[in-house]
Amino acid sequence: MRSLAALYVRDLRLAVSSGGGAMIGVIFFLAVIATVPFGIGPDLNLLSRIGPAILWIGALLSTLLTLDRLFQADRDDGTLDLLIMGQTLMPAVVFVKSAALWTASGLPLVLTAPFLGLFLAMEPDAIAAATLTLFVGTPAITFIGAVGAAVAVALPRGGLLVSVLVLPLAIPVLIFGVSATYGAINDPDPFLPPFLILTALTLFFGTLGPVAAGAALRASAD
Amino acid sequence: MLRIAAEALSVGRGRTVAAGPLDFTLGAGESLVVTGPNGAGKSTLLRTLAGLLHPLGGRVLLEGALAADGENARSIAEVAHYVGHRNAMKPGISVGRNLDFWRRTLRLAADGLTNSDALKAVGLPDLTALPFGYLSAGQQRRASLARLLVAPRDVWVLDEPTAALDADSQLLFGKLMERHLAAGGIVIAATHQPLGLETAKRLNLAKAPDAKLPAPTALDDDELAEAEGWL
Repeated sequence: MRSLAALYVRDLRLAVSSGGGAMIGVIFFLAVIATVPFGIGPDLNLLSRIGPAILWIGALLSTLLTLDRLFQADRDDGTLDLLIMGQTLMPAVVFVKSAALWTASGLPLVLTAPFLGLFLAMEPDAIAAATLTLFVGTPAITFIGAVGAAVAVALPRGGLLVSVLVLPLAIPVLIFGVSATYGAINDPDPFLPPFLILTALTLFFGTLGPVAAGAALRASAD
Repeated sequence: MLRIAAEALSVGRGRTVAAGPLDFTLGAGESLVVTGPNGAGKSTLLRTLAGLLHPLGGRVLLEGALAADGENARSIAEVAHYVGHRNAMKPGISVGRNLDFWRRTLRLAADGLTNSDALKAVGLPDLTALPFGYLSAGQQRRASLARLLVAPRDVWVLDEPTAALDADSQLLFGKLMERHLAAGGIVIAATHQPLGLETAKRLNLAKAPDAKLPAPTALDDDELAEAEGWL
C-alpha cells in the first residue's frame, strides 16, 4: 500500500511538472470545443442540441491524446523493469498509474466542461448532466487506454496505434455517456438506465483493464 | 543462510538460447562477475536472474532470504536490486524525491541510509534538492546507484554498473560492493571493467552458437516443388 501511494504521488507530480503533459488534454479539449461553433455557425438551437455530444467527443479525443506516455516514459528510463520486478502486483501498479493519469488529465477535463458548455449555448441542466456523465465515464476511457498503451509500449511510435486500438472499445462509453446526458434533458428519454450502464462500464474496465495491461507489460519486459 | 544456485540454467530471448546451460552456487558474502564479449548473453542472464525474463531451461534456487512480508522469498526478484543500463530515475523531479520513491517502493525490513548519507557514500555532494536531469551522466549514474543504499536488499544484480564512471568513482563503488559482501550480501555483476572484486567467482560467457530450440527442418527440393505445384 505504501509503495502504491508513493507511486500515485510521484506520477501526479510528474504529470503536473514541466513537460508532464497533463494540461495538453485540456488545451486540446478547449481547441476542439472552441472551433465547433465557428464550423456549425451561429445557430444557437442547433448548438445547444448537439452540445452534449460535442463535449463527449471532445473529452474522448482529449483523453486518447494523453495516453501514449502512460508507460512509455517509465520504459524509456528503466523504471518499468523495477516496477515489474517489485513485490506489488502489476494490475495494482497499472490501476494506480491510470488513477494518477486520470486525476492529472481526466479530472481537469471534467472541471472545464461546464465552462466549455457555455460556448455551445447549453442549458444549465444539460451542462450539469454532461459534467456528471463525464465524471463517471472518463475513467473508463483511461482504463481502456491503459491496455492500448501497455500493448504499444514497446513500439517507437505507439501513440497513434494506441488511439486506433482504444477507440472501438471506447465507443460504448461514448454512446451511453451521451444518451444519459440526453436522457436528463429530453423528457421522455430515461436518464437512469444509460447512466447505470455507464457506471458499470467504468467498474468493468477498471477491473479488466489493469489485469490486461499488467499482463501486456509483463510480456513486454524482454 | 543466504544461497543462490543455478542448475543447468539456459537463458535467451524468444526461443533463441543466448547462454547456457550454466551452473553456479553463491553463498552469503560471495560475488559473481560475469564477463564475455558483446552479445554473449550477459544482460540476458542478469535479466533472467532478476525475474524479467523466463529461463529457457534449468532453474534458479534461492534460499534463506526474507521477502517484504516476512515470508521466505521464492524468487531473487523479491530480495534483489537490479541495476540495468538505464538509471530508472525521473529527470523532472529532484534527486531526493527520486530516492524517496525507491526507498518506499523497494524497502524490505531494514532501514537504509538517508538520502544525503547515501549520496555521500557514492561520492556526491548533497544534491537532494536538484532535479535529476541537471546532473552530468556520471553523477546521474552515481545518484541512481545510491538507490542500492537507501533500501537495503541482500542481492545486487548489476549490469555494467560503472559504465559512465571515472576511475575514482569505480574504486569507490568497488569499496561499496566489498562492504555489501562483508555484511553477508551477494553481488552478481556483468562488466567489461575491473570492478575491484578480487575474491569474486568468475563466469566467462563465450559467444554462444546461435542454437535454436526447435531446429528448423531443411526443406527438400522435391517437397518444395510439390508445394509450389499445389499453389
